[in-house]
Amino acid sequence: MKHIAIGILGAATLGLMASAASAATLDTVKAKGFIQCGVSTGLAGFSAPDDKGDWQGIDADFCRAVAAAVFGDGSKVKFTPLSAKERFTALQSGEIDILSRNTTWTINRDTALGLNFIGVTYYDGQGFMINAKKLPGVNSALQLSGAAVCVQSGTTTELNLADYFKANKMEYNPVVFEKLEEVNAAYDAGRCDVYTTDQSGLYGIRLTLGAPADHVVLPEIISKEPLGPAVRQGDDQWYHIVKWTYFALLQAEELGITKANVDEMKNSASPEIKRVLGQEADTKIGTDLGVSNDWVVNIVKAVGNYGEMFERNVGSGSPLKIARGINALWTKGGLQYAPPIR
Amino acid sequence: MASQDVLREEPSRGSFINDPKIRGIFFQVLVVVLLVAGVWWIAHNVIDNLTRLRIASGFGFLKGRAGFDISESAIAYSSDSTYGRAILVGLLNTLIVAIVGIITATIIGFVIGIGRLSQNWLIRKICTVYVEVFRNIPPLLVIFFWYSGVLAVLPAPRDSYNLPFGSFLNQRGFYFPRAVWGDGSWLIFVALLVGIAMAWFVARKARQRQMATGQQFPVFWTSAALIVGLPLLAYALSGFPLSFDYPKQSTFNLTGGFQVRPEFLSLYLALSCYTAAFIAEIVRAGIRGVSAGQTEAAAALGLRSGSILRLVVVPQAMRIVIPPLTSQYLNLTKNSSLAIAIGYPDLTATAGTVLNQTGQAVEGVVIMMVIYLAISLLTSLVMNWFNAKMALVER
Amino acid sequence: MQEHDMSWVRTEMVLAQPAPAGVTGLGAWVRKNLIASTGDTILTIVGIALVAMILPQIINWAFINAVWTGPDRTVCATVAQGGIQPDGWTGACWAFVNAKFGQFMLGRYPIEERWRPILVAILFVALLVPMLIPKVPRKGLNAVLLFFVLPIVAFVLLVGGMFGLPHVETSLWGGLLVTLSLSFVGIAVSLPLGIVLALGRRSKMPIIKTLCVVFIETVRGIPLITVLFFASVMLPLFLPEGVSFDKFLRALIGVSLFAAAYMAEVVRGGLQAIPKGQYEGADSLGLGYWQKMYFIVMPQALKLVIPGIVNTFIGMFKDTSLVIIISMFDLLGIVKQNFSDANWATAQTARSGLIFAAFVFWLFCFGMSRYSMYTERRLDTGHKR
Repeated sequence: MKHIAIGILGAATLGLMASAASAATLDTVKAKGFIQCGVSTGLAGFSAPDDKGDWQGIDADFCRAVAAAVFGDGSKVKFTPLSAKERFTALQSGEIDILSRNTTWTINRDTALGLNFIGVTYYDGQGFMINAKKLPGVNSALQLSGAAVCVQSGTTTELNLADYFKANKMEYNPVVFEKLEEVNAAYDAGRCDVYTTDQSGLYGIRLTLGAPADHVVLPEIISKEPLGPAVRQGDDQWYHIVKWTYFALLQAEELGITKANVDEMKNSASPEIKRVLGQEADTKIGTDLGVSNDWVVNIVKAVGNYGEMFERNVGSGSPLKIARGINALWTKGGLQYAPPIR
Repeated sequence: MASQDVLREEPSRGSFINDPKIRGIFFQVLVVVLLVAGVWWIAHNVIDNLTRLRIASGFGFLKGRAGFDISESAIAYSSDSTYGRAILVGLLNTLIVAIVGIITATIIGFVIGIGRLSQNWLIRKICTVYVEVFRNIPPLLVIFFWYSGVLAVLPAPRDSYNLPFGSFLNQRGFYFPRAVWGDGSWLIFVALLVGIAMAWFVARKARQRQMATGQQFPVFWTSAALIVGLPLLAYALSGFPLSFDYPKQSTFNLTGGFQVRPEFLSLYLALSCYTAAFIAEIVRAGIRGVSAGQTEAAAALGLRSGSILRLVVVPQAMRIVIPPLTSQYLNLTKNSSLAIAIGYPDLTATAGTVLNQTGQAVEGVVIMMVIYLAISLLTSLVMNWFNAKMALVER
Repeated sequence: MQEHDMSWVRTEMVLAQPAPAGVTGLGAWVRKNLIASTGDTILTIVGIALVAMILPQIINWAFINAVWTGPDRTVCATVAQGGIQPDGWTGACWAFVNAKFGQFMLGRYPIEERWRPILVAILFVALLVPMLIPKVPRKGLNAVLLFFVLPIVAFVLLVGGMFGLPHVETSLWGGLLVTLSLSFVGIAVSLPLGIVLALGRRSKMPIIKTLCVVFIETVRGIPLITVLFFASVMLPLFLPEGVSFDKFLRALIGVSLFAAAYMAEVVRGGLQAIPKGQYEGADSLGLGYWQKMYFIVMPQALKLVIPGIVNTFIGMFKDTSLVIIISMFDLLGIVKQNFSDANWATAQTARSGLIFAAFVFWLFCFGMSRYSMYTERRLDTGHKR
């Protein structure tokens, strides 16, 4: 029996243990041939498996964009679904290379948890959703005193909720679950009156409920929730690649480069477009970053520009139908702004 | 004599490589070296990982402000309390559900266990079905069954089931009137204590008298009268200070009264039902472990069947039952950590949230482990003491 | 010697009389087993009332009113809930189980690759069944195939990535596949590890003994969830930078170590029950420690504790359901995950799914416990003291 055990363990270890030298993340990623991307266990619009098991959503697409920048191929990503509790350890320990899991950027997470947020891929805020059919007359979060509130544990949402009700001197009854699916199920079953999470999440969750039309999202936004991808501290090169992938997505939108026209754009007369797409003679922008010079072309070919990514996953092209709002480019009155690629 | 001399010589195994003593020492040294190396390697990795990633470490975070709320708390707690207090709240919740669950599981378990030995075929079969069903499905599934299968499909608060005594049952839990003690109600508690003390005294005296003279005294009825009667008398004398706060309908929920949440309810019911099946088997084995001769001898002495069970069989069966019963109690306590799956704020859940809000995984898991170990050791100690006390009955 | 007068001796036998009517037949059985006394009669009436109250409801719900097939939630919802059933209808929604059956068994394993786990299951059954039937010969070969060859074949088939089979990540595994593979490996690892720990605990070497005692008592003192937490959030920090384990493997390690501690205590019970004479007899034959254990002590000790070992297996099989806490989807996990499918959200979905999962778990556990009772009787060679 002992030999059997050793045999099985040995076989299992050989196959399942992904070992790598403690080198720079870029080298490890190139050596293994794919990027390990930490996503949520299923949040429509951000990262959720479709019927075929392919991950869809802004967060999933962002990882594809990074893969396109590194490998020239957006499909070289593997996704690891993580609960709220596991997400930071998974990144800290090197199990994943990027955490792209609708995670809020806070100072504590940058300083005490050993993370580096690369930017804000989605400006969000925490909101409330109620069943308007069961609770007619409630149209403001300030009327929620005494309600049972469903919330996911271990999130900034849980903390904001406590702060908001305390600040407004209201009582509430927290109903707390570990996993998003459990919170959804409890809210749908009527265990609580109110669901609170990031507003974008509320729109996504609303669609998965038994009768979406009965539920309304209240107008109040009680917090700032800048959601963005994060990487480990201590590897500046990898940090820059991921950060500039995000900026490249924005820059492409600003310059009107889309998935459809990217090949034509290579021959554009505009020096800026040529520079961004790596068509300038003797350009070193890409290689200095540690990727190929046509990295922006690869990114846009894989997932489109930021606007396309947004519309496809959460905007007008998706069931969520969320307006761009503050997530529009700075040129259109939004907050999305990229430093120049030059 | 020569042969004996040979035997007395040192074992002639050849070289000392084969000497079991030296080999033993060698292996132990080897294990210690490996262990120390392993621990050093792990510690080195942890420290390396923590410093490289600049993750905070140490237990200082326990004094930080928690910032999150907990739905059920036996002690005063708000989001302004510390992380340490949040963990304490979780610990108390674990203990509450464990103690209530242990009591219920023991009662159900004894009933079912005795039922499995009943003369009555139908009762025997019903008890067997119960045991075989609950023993063979995971406790987590039983919890989910109560939570999503039974309690979640109860009506919404406005359509609550009205139960007797102003209590309600709906998907938000079970609501019943809460007693509000007015002025002078301390008298009732004093009377209750006095009643219990007097009942104990009467029982003692009656036993002494029976030992001395053989005369019996209706201890049970006297005790019952004392324990129930005295507080009632005190209640009347102090001017009926007790009133009830009834649950009432409000915008969202029922307010007032005492609410037992479905999370607690399903965890409690599931743990009791599940553990009871195991306790029933232990009780059955215990009773069957008392030889038939004991029962027959007692019957020959003219004892009635109730007295046989109470005076002869159970005391002997208890000695077989207590050790495995202890481990079932420990199992129930440990299984209460499944609370996390349905959001009951027990130790694992609150410590998990703390772990997640602070990002200090190592400290969080260590705290959890130490507390559970302490609970286990304490329970074992108490049950061992009880076991030793029961064993002394043997003459 | 005088002649005995034999006239009082009966010369021909009386015909056998039927037993008195009072002790045979249905009436007597009822008298003895159901209405022996007043108390008994009351109990019987209560019991019948209980059964009459519960059983028809269960049968009604699970069979008569149940919906067996259907495309989506409408077949399992009442008109008021947007379905086709009359108001007030309650019945099992087996259509839900039916529609999701593939997922319940294999999780999100890619559809075109599903022949692989199915093939593994067929091989497993083909090897396990002859192993379990005592009469089938060639147990040794069978054991080698089951415990050495099958794991390797299963590993290659399930994980893939070699011999032209596409790689299937363990995060796509789910359902009964995860439950069974976790339990099988857990069983195969925990038994030998438990034996080693039990021997260590009874060892005369103080350090080894202390280590074993500390390990066993610590693991037995904490809940499995804590062990799984440990494996999922703390273990990664124990490893050097860049080294990480697959989540599935981490769960496997957690479950196996946990079961090994319990197994050690069971085996220790068996070791303690072996009379000292056996140890001394083996010593006097000049057997070494391992020889003594392998040939003399273990065969007797393990036989004594078969029920305990099987109980530990059953416990572990049930405990695999806890991996749901670290977001892996075993049978229970995947059933539960499907409750949130809006296509099937009805009041009956949760109940039906859970009862289906309970039935599968029950089948395996009950089967194991019955087989253990059978083996116990078969191996009971009369050494009972």
